[in-house]
This record gives sequence, structure tokens and C-alpha cells, in this order.
Amino acid sequence: MSSFYTATDHFVLLPALLLALFACATLLFDFWVFPESQRRKHLVWFVLMGEVFASVAYFRQHMFLSQHGGELQAFGGSLVVDQFALYFHWIFVASTVIAVIMSYKYFEVRDEHHGEYYGLLLLAQCGMYFLASGNELVVLFVGLETMALTFYVLVGLLKRDQRSNEAALKYFLLGALSSGLLVYGFSLLYGMSGSTKLREIGAAVASRDSGDTVLFLAVATILAGLLFKIAAAPFHMWAPDTYEGAPTVVTAYLAAASKAASLALMLRILLGPLASSRDVWMPILAGAALLSMTIGNIAAVTQTNTKRLLAYSSINHAGYILLGIVAGNQTGIQGVLIYTMVYVFMTLGAFLVLTVLCRDTTTGEDINDLHGLMRRSPAHAIWMLIFLLSLAGIPPTAGFIGKYFIFLSLIETGHYWLAAAAAVYVAVAIYYYFRIVKSMFVDKEETEMPALSLSLGTRVALAATGAMTLGIGIYPEPFVKFAQQTLR
Amino acid sequence: MLHPITINHYLVLSVMLLVIGIIGMLVRRNVVVMMMSVELILNAANVNLIAFGKHLQDLNGQIFAIFVIVVAVAEAAIGLGILIALFRNKETVQVDEIDLLKW
Repeated sequence: MSSFYTATDHFVLLPALLLALFACATLLFDFWVFPESQRRKHLVWFVLMGEVFASVAYFRQHMFLSQHGGELQAFGGSLVVDQFALYFHWIFVASTVIAVIMSYKYFEVRDEHHGEYYGLLLLAQCGMYFLASGNELVVLFVGLETMALTFYVLVGLLKRDQRSNEAALKYFLLGALSSGLLVYGFSLLYGMSGSTKLREIGAAVASRDSGDTVLFLAVATILAGLLFKIAAAPFHMWAPDTYEGAPTVVTAYLAAASKAASLALMLRILLGPLASSRDVWMPILAGAALLSMTIGNIAAVTQTNTKRLLAYSSINHAGYILLGIVAGNQTGIQGVLIYTMVYVFMTLGAFLVLTVLCRDTTTGEDINDLHGLMRRSPAHAIWMLIFLLSLAGIPPTAGFIGKYFIFLSLIETGHYWLAAAAAVYVAVAIYYYFRIVKSMFVDKEETEMPALSLSLGTRVALAATGAMTLGIGIYPEPFVKFAQQTLR
Repeated sequence: MLHPITINHYLVLSVMLLVIGIIGMLVRRNVVVMMMSVELILNAANVNLIAFGKHLQDLNGQIFAIFVIVVAVAEAAIGLGILIALFRNKETVQVDEIDLLKW
């Protein structure tokens, strides 16, 4: 305890500080600095500027780590920046930037203005920073809640829309329950070890035998909280309702970034302090993964609402990601990391196309609204096709690379039955993704609809997500290497 | 003769609070009561943290508990805000009647 807030502390914390600062400034400038008529545009640029600043801070950390290796610790080991954390930080930056670009047009079309929306996006990203970089229970809990609380508000952003209200309430009630369970588990971890630092907890947990009741209760409550956050069965009930009721841009951000951040937390805890009690959590995770794939696939087949369909598909993807953790070898964890990145980009892309289709609060959500999209705006239809192919896991798209590593790790560790079940569900998934494709390419629209106009921002965002979805699929080496570095 | 209160008593208390909270979440249909159940779960964790902190002669538990209390307050504020927004449109706090979104 020689000094408080050293240069290293500052260096590590800087991105979070910048994000929080820009979030507060966004709220203030919305009322005070930006001219009334230009507010929307100024806010988007301002938030993007915040992201550039944060990226520079991340980039400096990245350079430092690639030169010196190892990891950076701050505040007595409460915060840690390693390749693993940076991997997720870059995912958060990318998804926030894309979400901000998407939002501009979305709110303009509805003639709504919410300055706080952009501030909340940055605050949510600030919470995610602590989820990926936290190395201590209090920091992780507060980070998780910062993210979760901002998301409750974001989901309920359209105050006059009953569906948005309802989605927010359902998400809030179940989210609060899961946070409660998670913090209960954290309190038991603290009791077992007498420390809130993950490293010291790991040592204490390792000295317990795997039949210990307290350890089991801690693992069970923590897993319940974590499975809820990544929307895996049996804690998935909120996902379809919340995804459907939330504004589409928020749904995209929730589905992509929030799930990635929760996965970062999950990997930190399961591969850190709880690594020694693998025998306790592995069967639970395997069951949750199978259940997620079953429920996700079966329920998605009958959906007529595209957002709801994508929600069930996101539950299904959570199942695949969990399988990588179940396998648990080097390939498996690498697969989880790659799958997460791939999932973020293809999900953002698919929701981006839906956002463009949304002209008022409801259209674009029903699967019939996609009728004849190929004739109306071929560019959209082709992009959507790429994202759907990727979600289904068909080469040469990125989804295939993600699934490839998951399956490989399952075979390597001898989980043949899990691999077989997962393979069957890939076939089921192709069916319902191709219902959307059929709707776009084969079915005719009932009334003549005008071609969709595209703003420059939307074009850029579509191109970026599309390029990543195709790029990781066609030339995966750099991304695989990036994920490999993370695990060293 | 009175038995001294040990760490085990606190742990039993916290498990009871946890179970009551979870049952409340599952059984009750009034949103306000469900939010109270969440508070019970968070306070079960607080009892644990403080009892462990005292037992282990370590301050971290109490500090953690303060953070949990702060988060619980923020959560309650946001939850009530969401509920008020919903109530303005729908005039109900019963979750059974909030059924716009389903398949």
C-alpha cells in the first residue's frame, strides 16, 4: 500500500474514465451546448469521438502488452488488463460504434429524441469494461450492475410504447433476481476464502473437496446468475419478450454486447477461481447447453416475428458457446472467444437490416414484412442472406469458423454425444433461418413498397458488419491468432 | 442457558431469507411485492457478507455489503421508474395482466 492511484492505475483505468466522462458530457451537452436543430447529429459525432478517445487508450494498452507481455495490474490487483480483457474491449468498442450509427436513423424516422440514450450506451460500455477487466468480486458486481441497470432503462426507452414498458419490466424483474443470486454466490465465495480477490479465492476453493455443500451452493447460484445474463436455458424466459419489446437498436446492442460482456465475466470466474471445481459446474453447463439448443431451436421454428425468432436463435447460440466451455481445452476456449466475436458481428448485422426496415414502431418485425425484399432493395437482401448464412453456420461465412472450433474441441475431449446433438440442431436451425430467406427472395409483397433509402452511416455499419462476417469466414487466420494470443 | 450466536446461525438466517425471496419471486404476482423479494435476496447476501466479515475479522465483507446496498437502492429506483412508466399506460401492477408480449 505504498501509494494510491499510481501512473499504472491511471493507464489501466483511463478507458473507463473516458467512457464515463463522455457519458456525463453527453447528457450535459444535449441540453446546453448543441444547437436544437443539430442535436441529433452532434450527439452521434460526440459519442463517436468518445469511442475514438477510448480506442486510443485501449490501443496504448495493447501496444504495451504486445511489447512487454504479461498483464497490467492496477489498484492492488482489482483491475487487470491482459490480452483476454483487451480482446473483449475491442468487441465492446466495435459493437457500441455500430449501435450508435444504427441509432441515428432509427430515432430520426420515429421523430424521437433521447439525448440520454447515447449517454446510457457509453455507461453500459463502461460497465462492460469492469466486467472484462475486473479481477475482484466487488468490482465485477458493480460493473455487472452498471451494465444491467443501464440496459433496463435502455429497453424501456420508448416510454409511451406499452411493449417497451413491458419488456423493460420483465427484463428488470428477472435481471434483479439473477443479480441477487449472483451476489449471494459471491458472498459465499468470500466466506470460503476471506478475500474478494479472484486469485486468493481460487486457492481457497482448490483446497475444498468437490462434494462440499457450500461450494455447491456458491457454484449453483453463480451459474444461475451467469446463465441468465447470457440468456441460456433454463434462464432464458426474458429474452424473447425483451428482444421483441425493446427498440430494435437496443435489442441489437443487448443481444451482442451484453452477451459478450457476460461471457467475459463467465470465463473469468469459471476459468479463474472456480477452475478447480470443474467437476461441479461442468455437468450443469452441459445440461444448460443442451437445453438452450433444444428450446432455442424448437421455439424458433414457429415464430412469425423476426425479432423474436432472432431471440430464440440467440438462446441457441448461447448453447453452442457453452459447449466450448464444457469441452474446456485450449481449442474449446479459443472457440468460445472466436464464436463470441463472430456472434457479435452477425447479430448486429441482422438487426441492422431489421432497423432499416422499421419505418414506424412495428413494421419490419413481422416475417411477412420481408416479402419481396430482393426486388425492393437487393443490397439489403444480400446482406441479410450473408448474416443468416453465418447464423446458421454455413461456410464460407464466419459462423462456420465459430462452430468448427466448438465441434473440434468437443471431439478432442471425447464428448461425442454432445457433438452429435449439436450437429442435429444445426440442421434444425437452417430450416428457420431459411424461412426468412424464402420470405425475402421467393414471396411477393402484397402492396408495392418503395425502395429503402440508406444513409451513409447505415451503409458504413452494414459494410463493416458484413465485411467482418465474411472476412472471418474467408480468412480466419489473423482472428484465430488473436484469440490464441489471448489465452497465453 | 443461552447458546452463543455463531456464524452458523447467521448462515441459516441468510439461507432462509434467500429461499423466502426466491419463493416470493416465483409465487407472488404483484410487481411491488416481487421487488421486495429481490431486496430480501440481496439482504441475504448482505447478512452473509457481514457475518463472514465478522467471523474472519476482515473488513472487505462490510465494504462489499455497502456496495450491495448502494446497488440495491439504484435498482429499486430504476425498477419503480419502469413500473411507473408502465402504470401510466396500463394502470396495473399485476404481472398476470402484463401480457402483451407472448407467442
